[in-house]
Amino acid sequence: MVQPLLALRGVSKRFAAVQALVDVDLEIRAGEVVALVGANAAGKSTLVKVISGVVVPERGVIEWEGRPVQIKRPHDARDLGIATVYQDLSMCGNLDVVGNLFLGREIHRFGILDEVEMERRARELLRTLPIHIPDVRAPLATLTGGQRQVVAITRSFLSAPRLLLLDEPTASLGLEQTNQLLDLIEEIRDRGTGVLLISHNMGDIKAVADRVAVLRLGRNNGVFKVGTTSQEEIIASITGAADHARRHPPAGSEETWP
Amino acid sequence: MAVRGRRYGERLKERAGAARHRLHEGGLGPAPVLLTVAVIWAVFQALNANFLSPRNLSVLSVDIVGTGIVAVGVVFVLVIGELDLSVGSLAGLSGALFATLNVNHGMPEWLAVLVAVAAGAAAGAFHGFVFTRTGVPAFVITLAGLLAWNGLMLYLLGPEGTISFSGDGLVAMLTARHFGVPVAGYGVAALGTAAYLAVSFHDRARRGATGMPCRPAAGIWVRTALLTVVTFATVHVLGRFEGVPLALLVFLAVLVASDLLLRRTTYGRRVLALGGGAEAALRAGVGVAWVQVSVFLVSGALAAVGGLFFASRLTSATQVPGSGMLLINAIAAAVIGGTSLFGGRGSTWSALLGVLVIQSIASGMALLGVQPAVQFMITGGVLLIAVVFDALTRRAAVSHGRA
Repeated sequence: MVQPLLALRGVSKRFAAVQALVDVDLEIRAGEVVALVGANAAGKSTLVKVISGVVVPERGVIEWEGRPVQIKRPHDARDLGIATVYQDLSMCGNLDVVGNLFLGREIHRFGILDEVEMERRARELLRTLPIHIPDVRAPLATLTGGQRQVVAITRSFLSAPRLLLLDEPTASLGLEQTNQLLDLIEEIRDRGTGVLLISHNMGDIKAVADRVAVLRLGRNNGVFKVGTTSQEEIIASITGAADHARRHPPAGSEETWP
Repeated sequence: MAVRGRRYGERLKERAGAARHRLHEGGLGPAPVLLTVAVIWAVFQALNANFLSPRNLSVLSVDIVGTGIVAVGVVFVLVIGELDLSVGSLAGLSGALFATLNVNHGMPEWLAVLVAVAAGAAAGAFHGFVFTRTGVPAFVITLAGLLAWNGLMLYLLGPEGTISFSGDGLVAMLTARHFGVPVAGYGVAALGTAAYLAVSFHDRARRGATGMPCRPAAGIWVRTALLTVVTFATVHVLGRFEGVPLALLVFLAVLVASDLLLRRTTYGRRVLALGGGAEAALRAGVGVAWVQVSVFLVSGALAAVGGLFFASRLTSATQVPGSGMLLINAIAAAVIGGTSLFGGRGSTWSALLGVLVIQSIASGMALLGVQPAVQFMITGGVLLIAVVFDALTRRAAVSHGRA
């Protein structure tokens, strides 16, 4: 059996009165796309934050390549090789593509920017990707949504990540751009990177994911192989029509969740 | 051959795309402002033949410096999308502090200058600190600064309201000294153009070596030629009066240094990033609080330097810089010159261009004997046009981005 790149075991996190995650298990292998699905407030975003070090869980074990690790700060996640692309992209519209790619880790000599070297590396990186960026010196505000998404993902590549977390990457994209992005995700996977893809779109999941992990009310509600599971089965699991993994009865407060 | 042809075609397409982007981003650059200056000069020259005389241009080149240096500081704050209303008061305070320490307490001039500039930097840093800690819009914090520092200036100047200092000293020299020797002026101009040429070709060679598209050599030569014409013509015209003013050289040095700081250093990149998106800058690991404090520090320090030039012009510390006109002119200059009020877009050269527009109007009106009331109305109109232009540019960029 292949050692998982990242394994979460029994992770729990409570925010004040809300139990956001309860005993959640998750495994991601290198070269595999795992889709994370669930209704709103199912705990998807919290789980991503746990993996990227923004939120620290109260209980549970995080294993990286089989050994337990502590991820207490975003820095810890980055050191392990975990990169996150957030839903809102968070980039600077006034800076050009090169400036955004290297923001916070500029190449410089004594504080003087080495624009030529940064542009060279940016071009090299972008050339390997399926989506074409017409001009690496164009301010980001002048790019289309799909191109910006590519820049955001490319930025996470600069650190050569082992695991890439993508939060709703196709939410704001058109059909063609979505397809290009899915191609990109497949390419990333084929290079041996693990990918955790949060998505609401069953079409996207069917297209690129190898496995689907369902969260419901902060708990695991089944992990499915995409190739052998029907869409209806997954949706039933999301909505709660089928409870696959309800090992513990939910606490009373959780029944009142919207 | 076909492959080379295609690659050339691709590069051509890329360059065309870049030009289009620049146009959409409102990067017409300095062209509209330069045109405005040209029109103003032509109109006033037509109305009064003395406007473009070496004497008037020489006076103009000194008059722009005080406001111009203050405006450079304003650009730094505007770039992060905030406004510093305290610069006029800090300029006044700087002059008053210098005169008090030097005249009343007998402190050596150089030390008094250092203290005055350090005080401006400290006051600016304090504004920045309160801003990062509280998140209150900076214009409110600096409005409090405007009042408080103006009060301190009035207190220092005492009941008479002015303190005169030596006309032969260091500060008086700032605006009085001119370099009449042609060699000095032309030497500086030649050195500046040569440096530009060297940097451009070095950059081009590095890009060429890694196979990236680069500026055509002809373009570099054309720009260098333009720069040479402008600098040598300036030196020539100024030489026909008293020579190149020290004040203008200081202003140019401040402009070049601040432009390099903003465009070519990691620090400047972070300032621009903050103006483009604070959240993005934060997630990218930029020390947002530190950058915020630093831009107010720069603004305060440059306001203090500008204040010394104002004091130098009259060889006395007066209430004039704190009166409000300097503040209005400095912010107007930055915006007219092309720095965006929305943050994220701006160049320190806009301080030079904007202050040239404002002071040219003032100088021309004075020559024609028009009352200041009309001058205010015209400058107000130009400022309005500049702001509308800024807003339209921004809208064009945003809508293009969404397309």
